[in-house]
This record gives sequence, structure tokens and C-alpha cells, in this order.
Amino acid sequence: MRKIAIYGKGGIGKSTTTQNTVAGLAEMGRKVMVVGCDPKADSTRLLLGGLSQKTVLDTLRSEGEDVELEDIRKTGFNGTICVESGGPEPGVGCAGRGIITSINLLEQLGAYAESEKLDYAFYDVLGDVVCGGFAMPIREGKAQEIYIVVSGEMMAMYAANNICKGIVKFAEAGGVRLGGLICNSRKVDNEQEMIEAFAEQLGTYMIHFVPRDNMVQKAEINRKTVIEFDPGHSQAGEYRTLAKKIEENQTHVVPKPMHTDELEKLLIKHGLAG
Amino acid sequence: MKVVSKETISPEVEPIDPAAVKQELLRKVPTKVARKRAKQIVINSLAENQDVPEIGANTRTIPGIITQRGCTYAGCKGVVLGPTRDIVNITHGPIGCGFYSWLTRRNQTRAQEPAGENFMTYCFSTDMQEEDIVFGGEKKLRAAIQEAYDLFKPKAISVFSTCPVGLIGDDVHSVTREMKEQLGINVFAFSCEGYKGVSQSAGHHIANNGLFTHIVGLDDTVQEGKYKINLLGEYNIGGDAFEIDRILKDCGITLVATFSGNSSYDQFANSHTADLNTIMCHRSINYVAEMMETKFGIPWIKINFIGAEASAKTLRKIANYFEDPELIERVEEVIAREMPEVIKVRDEIRARCQGKLAMLFVGGSRAHHYQELFAEIGMKTISAGYEFAHRDDYEGRHVLPNLKVDADSRNIEELEVHPDPERYRPRKSAEDLARMQENGFRFKDYDGMMREMAAGTLVIDDISQYETERLLEIYKPAIFCAGIKEKFAVQKSGIPMKQLHSYDSGGPYAGFKGAINFYREIDRMVNSQIWTYLKAPWQENPELAAKYACD
Repeated sequence: MRKIAIYGKGGIGKSTTTQNTVAGLAEMGRKVMVVGCDPKADSTRLLLGGLSQKTVLDTLRSEGEDVELEDIRKTGFNGTICVESGGPEPGVGCAGRGIITSINLLEQLGAYAESEKLDYAFYDVLGDVVCGGFAMPIREGKAQEIYIVVSGEMMAMYAANNICKGIVKFAEAGGVRLGGLICNSRKVDNEQEMIEAFAEQLGTYMIHFVPRDNMVQKAEINRKTVIEFDPGHSQAGEYRTLAKKIEENQTHVVPKPMHTDELEKLLIKHGLAG
Repeated sequence: MKVVSKETISPEVEPIDPAAVKQELLRKVPTKVARKRAKQIVINSLAENQDVPEIGANTRTIPGIITQRGCTYAGCKGVVLGPTRDIVNITHGPIGCGFYSWLTRRNQTRAQEPAGENFMTYCFSTDMQEEDIVFGGEKKLRAAIQEAYDLFKPKAISVFSTCPVGLIGDDVHSVTREMKEQLGINVFAFSCEGYKGVSQSAGHHIANNGLFTHIVGLDDTVQEGKYKINLLGEYNIGGDAFEIDRILKDCGITLVATFSGNSSYDQFANSHTADLNTIMCHRSINYVAEMMETKFGIPWIKINFIGAEASAKTLRKIANYFEDPELIERVEEVIAREMPEVIKVRDEIRARCQGKLAMLFVGGSRAHHYQELFAEIGMKTISAGYEFAHRDDYEGRHVLPNLKVDADSRNIEELEVHPDPERYRPRKSAEDLARMQENGFRFKDYDGMMREMAAGTLVIDDISQYETERLLEIYKPAIFCAGIKEKFAVQKSGIPMKQLHSYDSGGPYAGFKGAINFYREIDRMVNSQIWTYLKAPWQENPELAAKYACD
């Protein structure tokens, strides 16, 4: 089983990209589990056709210790297994601790066991790695492979660079590696060249350039992935390609995060000055 | 150095060079640690103008040295609010913080009537679970306050934040404000998370600020009594406050409030009606006295009821403050009545204890005050230091203007206080104060511990376990005084150990009867032969010889 974590700046399209990619893998006949690590619990909405999931933490709260795997897993598009970690309301408690609790519980319950015959486990993690809890999916024995969703916007690249700093730390301790950057296009000038250059500087590569298409929005409002909503659309093809590239990816590196001034130089060279 | 071997002859025969001892204590630690510790290990000396050397104090403990210090929560909940009997004190956090701070200081209290409230024997905690950490603990706290109210109907409920509460950001103050309104009783909270500040001293400050903000001044009833005082920084360990109370009553002095030994909520609320604040533990509460002077016009003096001579001196000082011949005479009568028994026991015991060495590493005032009692039976304090005191407690208040306010101190709220428009009433006119001071009466003054210690003694702040062990080996004191954490390590080295936080199972040691108790206790401990009969197995049997069965 490959355990993959998806990181990236808040609002960049992590959940959308993850679910569409997972749908592509599922179409290929892979058995995939998606673990949403966002207190909002909206990482599996497109696979499940709505926010009907009872989260791990809510279940733990209502059932006490007596939680069964079946209480917290739901089956979505093409047999994908969906889990939402859940967490507190905004502004209270500790969402980071919630993710730790939730992933530990999944392990205890055997969600990753051989008998589950999973090909992939995907962790969809919220925004920046703001505290130890959000780094949980890349700690020892958890995800070994990370993909960062990024766009040509400056703050998205800043965030990606910061996430790389976190990966370096955990790469030394736990063996996690960066698989590549996924560019979720915002139609910034020179976007593809800039992200390719950025990826090269980080010691990795841009695994796929996902073009911007309104079909994504349309599918989303219908609570579906593009692959399910309009299988023949070109955007569905893009996600299938991404799924295939991830399946075939052999490049796993410890990234070399850039200094802020280097990053700014790169932006000026490829973007702002261009 | 010349005299560090375990077999050294007694210090009376060959004096120990404190400079060599200091070097020895610093020898094993890394350079950077040694540089810091060197500032906190000071060889005492007295300049002609009475100045003592500067000491490093109230700075962060070096990780790994095994400190005596406690946390901010311990200082707030354990020390200051711990002795309050009719406030329900709820620890908001996992159960351990509440359980392990439950009655461990042997604070005693006497409810005023048979049916009087006494919650001290209870342990209140919100018992936070992982779920409360993840989803926030405010709901559970609200329910806990309600439950405590339903069960006990107390006058007041207070809430103490432990570390995780600070991390997850539960807004304890808004919860208590809401519950105060809802229940119609006083409910307030302390943000005393353990990690704040460098020691429990920060917790004392947070606690006292809270009492001052939420309770002091709420009840304007003026009690009967000619000479009304408050006793600040007395925590009634082993019944000390009962003995002080007895003496004050005999003198005709009315104790309005004690902060916080044997205290009650009503006493705090009423404390601003007293005419004098007397301070026992300068460290834990001097700022409350300052604030009460500014807000209500009550002057303060430093006093000490530990030691019979010190108690007599304290009574005379209080009597002189009121400048009333009747009180002055009454105080002399009480002293004359109490002292003969003290002197009788003291002289008998002094004959057996004279010249023996004591070491005191405790508190923020106890290491100073108990030197009085040891001196009364002829014992010499060869080394002493505080766990959590600041430089003014060592060197005297004259250093206050030069104290560096670092980031750790800034973390603790400093209240801004102004004269109360209705309640401010200067107890002495400016002229009276000036006249009294001219005649040698000292207001708001504390000379600190070092001026009263002999030259050449070692003053050590925040002593470490290693330093403790080395000092015991080098000086072989007759007795070592500290707290429970040090107790058994000290006894293991064959040296009697007296706890001065909790008094082991003894006390009271304050006042005249307390002094007698202390002389007897120390006599029993230092003149006991028990340690000479104890031999470790390896001291009795020769070492076993053995060789490897194979290479």
C-alpha cells in the first residue's frame, strides 16, 4: 500500500484535486482510502455525493471507546473508502490533537491492515502545517509520499516552500519523501514554466499541470468529481492522467527548500518581470 | 581543593574555604552552565555600608539541573488559594494537576462554627479528557461550576487553568463571568498555566492579583477593635496561624484578614478596613501590600513571627505603629509572660546544639526566617538559598529600582491601581509618617536574607540536586532543610532532613509556642544517634570480588 499525503496552501484545491485523482485511481481498479484531515470534514464530499459522513472524532465522542471501523468509514465513488477525521468548531479546542487522536484510532482499528487490501491511502491535510498535529500524517510510519498542490500565485509558492521545510524535518526522522508538485492552474502568466523552475529548485519536478476549467466548479456544485459527473470531458482526462502519473511516479526526494529571497528572485524572473 | 574528601575533619577544626567550595560546585558543569550558576552561587560579605554582593535570581532554570522549583499553577492554586476554606477551587485540566496539588502543604484551617464551610478537604477538577482537549473544555468547565454550586452553594468559586487549557485557548474568564452572573455568587478564574514565568513565584503574583481584583474591598463592614491589622504572606502550615492568632488576641490586636492561612472569603472582602498590613513572606505578596496602600491608604511593614525574639520584635513594631502606650504595655506583658518558658527550653537545648551547622534551601522567605530559630539555639546557617525568590528578597528592597524586567516577568500582569474614590483613607498623615520614620520606624522595608547572614557563608539560588549532594559531602551539616522533593535524597546521605514547606508532621513553629516546638524538633533530629547505627550493606561487608566468566 502506498500512503500519500496532499498538502498545499488553504484554498488551492487540495480536496478537489485529491478526490478527482482518487476517482481516477478507482477507475483504474485501485482500492483507495481517503482520510480527510480537516476539521471542516469536507474532504470526501465529492466522492460521497454530499457531507453525510459521521467523523471519527464525533463518533469517538458519542460512542466512547466502543468504536467499530464500520462506524467511521463510508464507501464512495467506485468503491473508494472515505474517512473524515473531523474536529472542533473554529476557535475552540485543538484541531491538531484531534488529527493525532483520529489517525491513532484508525490504526488501532486496523484501517490500514493487510486484510483491507488497500492500494492507496490518501491524507488530505488542511492548509499550512501550523502545528504538530497537522504534521501527524507525515510522521514515522504514516505517509511516505507527499504531493504539494501549488499554483503560480506567490503565496501558494511561499506555502509550498514552507511545507518543504516541514518535509525535510520529517524526512530525516521518518523517511517521508516529496513525490512532486501538482500545479492547479490559476491562469497566472508563465505559470507552467515558473512552477517547473520552482520544482527544479526544490529538487523535484512538476508531476502534472492541471488546467483551469469551469467544469470543476460545475461538478462540485453537483457534489461529484469531474470523472463521475462528465466522464467524457477533457478535464476528466487531465485527472486520469494525473492519477496515472502518480501511479507510475518513481521520483521520491528530500526537498531543498529555498531561502525567501531566492524564491522572490524566481518569481520576478518567471512571473512578475515576464 | 583542600577539603572536599568525604573523610574531612569537622569544619570547626579546619575552616572550609567557601571560594574553593564554589569552584568545586561549578567544576563538573559545562562552561555556559557554570557561568550562569556562578552568578547564583554567591559568597556572602557585608560592605561597610551594609551592601551585600549581587546574586542572580528569578531567572530561568537550566534544564536538567534538577531544580527544586514548582510551576505557576502550583504557586497559584497550591500556595495562595490552597489555604482558603470557603472558596471552591476548581482545577480546570487533566486530573493529575488537581490530585497532586490537593492538601500537600498541610495548610490547616478552622471553620468558624461547627457548620461552617470547609472545602479544603475536597479535590475539585474538571478531569479533562482527550476529547475535551480536541473540542475545547469550556462546556465541561461551565458544567463543573454549576455542579459545584448545586452541591455546595459556596460564596465563591474559582477556576485554575493548567497547561493544556492555555494551549487550546479555553476562555476561562468569559466562562466565569457568565457563571457569576447566572449564579449570583462570585466566580473568577486564574490564567496560571504551569509554563508561565520561571517558577511558582509567577503563580503567587497571578493569585494575589486575582484576590485583589475580585474580592478585596467588596465588604465595607468595619469590625470592632482598636488595633486592626492584616497578616499577609502567612499560610498556616502546621497551625502557625493559630499560634500567631493566640498571641495577637492576647495583645488585643484584631486580625482582620490573613492572606491566606486560615482565611475566609469574607476576611478578604473586608481586608481593606484594617489599619496596617504586616508582611511575613515578602516574596509572595509584597505587591498586594503596595496595591492596598495605593488604593486604600493602608501602610505596610515587614514582620516575622518565626523565632521567639523575632516574634517579640514584631509585636513591639506593631505596637509602635499604633503609638498607643496601652498597647505597647500590653505587648510587653505578653512578651514577659511568654518568654520565660521559651528561654528555659531554649537554653537547655542550646547546650546540645551550639555550633552545629544548618543549611536551608526553601521558599521565598523561609530560608531567611528559620535562620532566626536556628540562631536562637546556637546553630549556624552555613549555606542558604531560595527556590523562587527575587533579588530584593536576597539583597533588600533597595535594589528594586535596578531590577531588570525581563520577558518572563513581563508575561505576568502588573495591575494599575489608583486611590479608591470612596475607600481611600490614609491611616497616617504624611506628617506622622515622616515623623515616625525620622524616629527610626521603618515602613515598607525589607533588608533581605543576605544582610543577616555571616560573611563567608554560601548563598545559593535555585540550588540543584548535584550542588546539594556536594554541599552535604563537603560541610556535613547537622541538618538540611528543604521540601519533600529533596527529603529522601538528603536522608540517604545520612543527614537529618527537615521539611520547611510542610513541616513533615510537626508544627506550629511560629510565635512563642512554635519556637519551643521547633527547638525540640531540631534537638531530637540533630542529637539523635540513629544515623550512626545505620550502615549500608557495602559499609559492613567487604566488596565482592568477581571475574568475567569469559572474555
